Amino acid sequence: MTRTPLRPLARILKARETGENPDVIEAEIRAKRHEEMHDKSRQRAEGRLLVLGLAFFCAFTTIGARMGTLASSVPEEPRATTVGNPIIGQRSDIVDRNGRILATNLATHSLYAHPRDMVDPANAAKGLAAIFPELDEAELLADFIGERKFLWIRRQISPEQMQAVHDIGSPGLLFGPREMRLYPNGSVAAHILGGASYGREGVASAEVIGVAGVERQFDGFLRDPANEGAPLELSLDLTVQAASEQVLAGGMSIMSAKGAASVLMDVHTGEIISMVSLPDFDPNNRPRVLTSGDQSDSPLFNRAVQGVYELGSTFKIFAVAQAMELGLINANTMIDTQGPLTWGRFRIRDFHDYGPELTSTDVIVESSNVGTARIAMQIGADRQRDFLGSLGFLEATSVEMGEAASGKPLLPANWSEISAMTISYGHGLSSSPVHLATAYASIANGGHRVEPTLLRVETPEVGPRILSDAVSQSAIHMLRQVVVRGTASLGEVAGYEVAGKTGTADKPRENGGGYYDDKVIATFASVFPASDPKYVLIVTLDEPSVYTLGETRRTAGWTAVPVAAEMIRRVAPLLGLRPHVDTPQSIGVTLTSN
Amino acid sequence: MRGILFVVAALAVMGLAFWAYQENYKTQATIREVRELHAQIGASHERLSMLRAEWAYLNRPDRLADLAELNFDRLGLLPIMPDAFGRVDQIIYPLPPILPITNPIELSSDAFQSVENPL
Repeated sequence: MTRTPLRPLARILKARETGENPDVIEAEIRAKRHEEMHDKSRQRAEGRLLVLGLAFFCAFTTIGARMGTLASSVPEEPRATTVGNPIIGQRSDIVDRNGRILATNLATHSLYAHPRDMVDPANAAKGLAAIFPELDEAELLADFIGERKFLWIRRQISPEQMQAVHDIGSPGLLFGPREMRLYPNGSVAAHILGGASYGREGVASAEVIGVAGVERQFDGFLRDPANEGAPLELSLDLTVQAASEQVLAGGMSIMSAKGAASVLMDVHTGEIISMVSLPDFDPNNRPRVLTSGDQSDSPLFNRAVQGVYELGSTFKIFAVAQAMELGLINANTMIDTQGPLTWGRFRIRDFHDYGPELTSTDVIVESSNVGTARIAMQIGADRQRDFLGSLGFLEATSVEMGEAASGKPLLPANWSEISAMTISYGHGLSSSPVHLATAYASIANGGHRVEPTLLRVETPEVGPRILSDAVSQSAIHMLRQVVVRGTASLGEVAGYEVAGKTGTADKPRENGGGYYDDKVIATFASVFPASDPKYVLIVTLDEPSVYTLGETRRTAGWTAVPVAAEMIRRVAPLLGLRPHVDTPQSIGVTLTSN
Repeated sequence: MRGILFVVAALAVMGLAFWAYQENYKTQATIREVRELHAQIGASHERLSMLRAEWAYLNRPDRLADLAELNFDRLGLLPIMPDAFGRVDQIIYPLPPILPITNPIELSSDAFQSVENPL
């Protein structure tokens, strides 16, 4: 490129000759040169802009296309970076304290239909009706040839049924994987486990949700994939639970009772080892909730947790234990038992007349209402309410079941002195057998509060102290005397030193207005072994009666006590409790030597 | 000098591209393998849980009680009762094993029997 000088000599000389200003030439050339430079840089900038624009266009096109494919494709789990175990996504198992399965899952299939894909709907309907007797062929056919595009046929089918449906060979009959909740032990622990059903359902999977019992209470835990399939460990012992159910069912039929409940609890930890409520049901095939009538007649009703009853004389030990704790009496204090005790328009009388006075131990042993009421008068209503509250009688139990909240105790509206007197012998306050078990556990374990639980306790916590050790021991001694020489003499089990208290409470009429004469709730609250209490067992029979020794008997001593004794005989060895054998003193000459 | 640098850079780019290509295929192969393993583990888990469910179902207390009752003649199983507990000293010590006879003595009755029983 030829470079034009700013002041070309030829033009300058020419301009000088003509008398023009040569600077004009310089300015002209300079301006021209600037214009060229300007054009060039503009061209370059435009080129750059074009490249940049192209780059941005490409980038946005790529991003847009990627977004489009992401939006239109099926989401996929990233496989290269897997945290944890991606396979165990199903609902966790429920196991007992020894790891035996109480609830697990089974992979089954569901059956659905796409009627549009069917070649021969009539044949398919006929085949299905043959496999599933509950299906109606005409209805199925009407659905298949109608407007419907999709149709559920069965939620769950067995492998044999699946093969049979396969053999029909209709392309419109399809299977979806389906997880089924299985309770392999049938009705064992039915009330505790509750049951499960399906929540949101799709063709590819269905949500299993707990509907009652621990299945509902721990639904979140059981479904949480972060657990990686860790099972829910309950405090129950499957063997003990099954044995208890067997014994209680036998006892219930012998005593011709309408219902029965039992609770076996560890006195130190509050763990419920077995909890039975009869009649029961099969959680694999959970019956429907009653829509009319009394819910407590339904087998779904858990008498041990939801059933609140006046538990009768089993409450007497609370009054006596509190009076001993307050220092009002000791085990040998004489109590006035002259009956009837009149308070306003109320008259409190005993089953038999026990004479003018009894020791406080004998008040428990003979189960004197009058004696206990007098002790309650000494304690006073407020202190009694506080004490029963510290034993847990004033609110629903903390058992981890959805139903526990409905087992709220029925308390007197006005806790007056007469209420205190009747509550002292178990009338006027209704509570569940689990409440009673918890309170007896507190008395038996040396006086510490326990919280009833259905979960296995790894490290037991010692609750706040309610009673002193000495009072706890003398209370257990009194309860032991009830079995040795009192109302619960049929409860003696050789080697296990059973201590306990019977309670027979008349059932209140449903429509108010007093009590039935021939309907009772018979309860036996027991603790064993008395020398070192480990377990509390509550047995409650609803409306028992048995014909023994020439008359019909309804009292707990004749009904609940023998059932409880048989249960202890069966269950204590299963719990690993060794019978305590009194080694007889050897008779003979003791050899001594120097 | 600059030419050599260009050639070296170009070769490096080609080398890296080749390496990346290989790594990509290796990764995909590994991912496929992991997927297959996961499927296998899943199937094993399903089988395991099925077997556990079956085990629990076959060992349900009701069935065991029925079986114990059915086979009472052969097994004589009863519910465990308090008298099942014993003390260690109630168990006898194992008997000392009888030493093998290394020097048998011929008894006259043997010869007598063999004569009596020619069979």
